[in-house]
Formats: sequence, C-alpha cells, structure tokens
Amino acid sequence: MDRLHAYCAIHAHAFFSSLGRLLRTPFTTVMTVVVLALAIALAAGFYLLVANVQQLTAGIQNSNQISLFLKDSVSDDSGAQLAEKIKKYPTVEQVNVITKQQALAEFRQYSGFGEALDALEKNPLPTVLQVLPVSSLTDAGQLEQLVTSLDKLSAVDFAQMDMQWVKRLQSIMALAQRGVTLLSIILGSAVLFITGNTIRLELHNRRDEVVIAKLVGATDSFIQRPFLYTGFWLGFGSGVAAWLLVTVMMLILHQPMQRLSDLYGGIFDVRYLGFGETSMLWFISAVLGVCGSWIVLKYQLQQLKPE
Amino acid sequence: MLNFDHVSKRYADGGDALLDVSFHLRPGEIAFLTGHSGAGKSTLLKLIAVMERCSRGQVLLDGQNLNKAKDRHIPYIRRKLGLIFQDYKLLQDRTVFDNVALPLVIAGVGHQEICRRVRAAIDKVDLLGKENKYPQALSGGEQQRVGIARAVVNRPPLILADEPTGNLDPELSAEIMHLFEAFQQVGVTVLIATHDIALVERMGHRVLKLDHGRLVES
Ligand SMILES: Nc1ncnc2c1ncn2[C@@H]1O[C@H](COP(=O)(O)OP(=O)(O)OP(=O)(O)O)[C@@H](O)[C@H]1O
Ligand SMILES: [Mg+2]
Repeated sequence: MDRLHAYCAIHAHAFFSSLGRLLRTPFTTVMTVVVLALAIALAAGFYLLVANVQQLTAGIQNSNQISLFLKDSVSDDSGAQLAEKIKKYPTVEQVNVITKQQALAEFRQYSGFGEALDALEKNPLPTVLQVLPVSSLTDAGQLEQLVTSLDKLSAVDFAQMDMQWVKRLQSIMALAQRGVTLLSIILGSAVLFITGNTIRLELHNRRDEVVIAKLVGATDSFIQRPFLYTGFWLGFGSGVAAWLLVTVMMLILHQPMQRLSDLYGGIFDVRYLGFGETSMLWFISAVLGVCGSWIVLKYQLQQLKPE
Repeated sequence: MLNFDHVSKRYADGGDALLDVSFHLRPGEIAFLTGHSGAGKSTLLKLIAVMERCSRGQVLLDGQNLNKAKDRHIPYIRRKLGLIFQDYKLLQDRTVFDNVALPLVIAGVGHQEICRRVRAAIDKVDLLGKENKYPQALSGGEQQRVGIARAVVNRPPLILADEPTGNLDPELSAEIMHLFEAFQQVGVTVLIATHDIALVERMGHRVLKLDHGRLVES
C-alpha cells in the first residue's frame, strides 16, 4: 500500500515538477510552444475552414432539381399540360411552370437589358419546367434515368440537372478534405520532431543528473518519466494555444463569413471548433508531444552510460 | 559477498587495465585497494558497479555473474551498492536532503520512511542542520560526507569508495575512514580505493595492492 502510494507520488511529482521546470524557463518554453502551436493551428484552421464550406454541399444535397427547357414551338398551355403529366410520375414530387412571360419579366428585372429586349420582335426565352424529384430519390443512377426519360419527351428541347455544380463542389471538397488529412500528417510529424528535439536538448542539459540517477540505481523508466511529462506539457500547451489561435481567427472571420452566407440566403452558419473537436485537438497534441519525447528517449537513454 | 575470478579488463582504445585479478571479499569485511596512479583501482570498482564489463574472467556479486547481467537488471544491482566518488557527483540544483533522498525515491520508498532514513543518514555523517543547503554552499569535506550519506541511506550490503579522502585534510580523512569502520561494524562490506598509504597502514585492515593491473598483494 505504501509502495503504491509512493509510486503515485513519484508520478505526481514528475507531472508537476516537469511543468514547474518549463515555467522556470519561460522564454524557451514560449518559443517552443509558439512554434508547435503555429503548426497545429495551421492544420486545425484549415480543417475548420473546410468544415465550414462543407455545409454548403451538405445543405444542397437534397435539391436535385431538374430544369426542362421546352421547345420554342410549345405554347404555355401545352407546357402546363405536360407539367400535369409529369407530376403524375411516381418519382416526381412537384413541377413548377415558368412561362415565357415570367421568364422574360425575371430576365428584364435582373439583367438590365430591358430596352434591348424591347427591340426584339419575339420573346426568345423558352418555357421552363422545374421538376423536383421525390426526396427519396437520391441515387445518382436513378436520377440520371429520370433525366434521360424526361429528355426524350417530344416537347422537351433539353433537360438539365442542376446537380452538376454541386457535384463539382463536392469533388473540390473531397480534394480539400484529402488536403486537410495530408497537411495534418505533415504538421503532426513536425510536432513530433520538434518536441523530440526539444527533449533531446533538455536531456543533454541534464545529462549529469541522468548519469547520477543511473549510478544510484534508477531504471530507464524512472529517468524518462519527467521527460515524458515535459513532452506531454509541451504538446498539451501547444494544443490549447493552437485552439486559441484558431478561435481568434474564426472570430475575426465571423462577420465577413456571415455576410457571405446571408448573400446566399443563409446557406451556412459560421462554425467553430466544437467540444469534441477541441478535446480531440488537445488529446492528439498531447499524444504527439509524449510520442516525440518517447522516441528520442528510447534512443538517447541507452547511449547515456555513466562512462 | 564479492568474488573476482581471473578477471582481465582491456579498454577498447588502451592497454590492459586489469590482468588476471582474483580475490574474494567476505561479507562484513573491510579492505583497501591501493596502487600507483593508473594501476587500475577505478577500473576494478567500475566492474563491480557494472559501469564497465570485464574482458575475461568473471565478477560475482552475491553469486550473480555481473558479466552476464542484462542491461535492465543493472539498476537493481546498483541498488545493492553504495557508491562514493572522488568528485562527489552531487546534484547541484538539489538540496542536501534531496541529494541524500535520491536512492530512496528511485527505489520507491514511502515519504515518511524517506524523511526518517535521510535524517538518520545525515546525522551519521554529522551534517544535521545543513539539510536545506545546496552543495555549492558546502566545503569539500562536507560535500564528500553528503556523498557518503547518499551511499549508505539505502542500507546497501556493499560500499565502494573511490578515493573518498582525496580532497580532504588528514584529520578529516581519518574521520571519514572511521565512519567506514563504523559501517563495517554493523555488517556492511566496504572496499575503499585510496592513495593514502600512511592512513591505510595506520588503520591495519586488509590491503589489495594493484601494480599495472596485476594484484601483487592481497
Ligand atoms: N575509459 C577508458 N578508456 C581507455 N583506457 C582507460 C579508460 N579508463 C581507464 N583507462 C586506462 O586504464 C588504466 C587504469 O586506469 P584507472 O582509472 O583504473 O587507474 P586508477 O588506479 O584509478 O588511477 P588513479 O589513482 O589515477 O585514479 C590506465 O592506464 C588508464 O589509462
Ligand atoms: Mg582512479
């Protein structure tokens, strides 16, 4: 019981004394932590940016709207009839008709080419049917099938799925996510090596102490414990600093991002690192710090013989 | 307790430091290791502390062949030894108390037991009242005594001292030697390497004399 108590006391001592040691050399510690924090913040910031833009594709995923541009010869009336017919398809939820007049009015309002249009004898715009498939129809193949069948209708000039740009955005996002993973791996290894090197220097500075401890019977695990805790504190501290950096960055970006979102009808909410993500960030940073120290200790302690 | 069996030691980049050395130390015995500078005294002690390994023969400590000891067993062998160095090897940024407590902390002894035993050891070397000083604030003799207190605090069965009186005046040297005699009287085995022939002769204990790596007197 007493030994267990002593064991815990050794751990607690190493835990706090390693922190105390770091705080006693504030300049060096701050330098190291800032470098580590910048690397971590870069990865976390990029991740968060992608997560924010991700909401765009997530919000749009369900609007698989199909636009049917009818042939010029088709009148508004027969267009409406066709709409009724399509509405009866089991895979179609709703059909909106945009008549030639509506299309022209809209165009006139938004384009600013009103006078040019007046000069034309005939309305050049076609009747458009906006077809909204049932929400259960999300499979790309089935959608494709619907589009081709609509395209074959004699009144239809051509059918266009408004999905195309969503798909493009989605593949850009997939690329960005891959980029986040890659960047995280690279910057994670940087954190690993920076802490490792810091611990190597620390070990070098305290080599007399290490040698003396070995001479009076210290095991390697006893000797490396405070260094591992130093690695832990460096990693954890950098994780917290990185979180602060990213959060401040998001606070600065909040307004312009919100404005952008509002322009697109509130298509996304500005997102910060959540509780789970923050805990994960701190956890991974601490683990990287410990691992970086461990690797160095494993190789350097063997070489530190009393001779 | 300690058995040297035809031990030779050759350093990688030097000549033979020890040649065919054989002797036996019984438990509770005290012996002096003498010889000219470079005779191999430190080398002999380093073999016992597994700071070096012998090239031929074997060193047995309590029946354990030190030559075959695995690296991870070395700390436990060293806990059976009290090592005293000519240059003290104290931690300069720790107090006397913390320096003496180090072997106990390493061995995982409980806090109260540590306090009790450290005070007893410091008392034995006559340094009570200086527990909270740092080594720099002590004289050479006092630092040497801190080193001795650290060596005996864990109650090791074998004490090895490499020129423990090298920096001390004759009076203090005699005092420290008497301290070693006192440990021997409570059953500890003691091996002391020293140049101080006069002192050794006055004490009248067993002498192991090395000459160019050979044991010429035991
Ligand atoms: N690490 C080493 N590498 C190579 N040669 C060494 C090493 N240590 C000691 N020697 C050599 O081994 C021989 C014995 O050295 P050792 O230190 O054991 O002598 P010593 O009796 O302790 O001398 P002193 O009284 O001066 O301390 C010397 O010739 C020395 O040069
Ligand atoms: Mg010597």
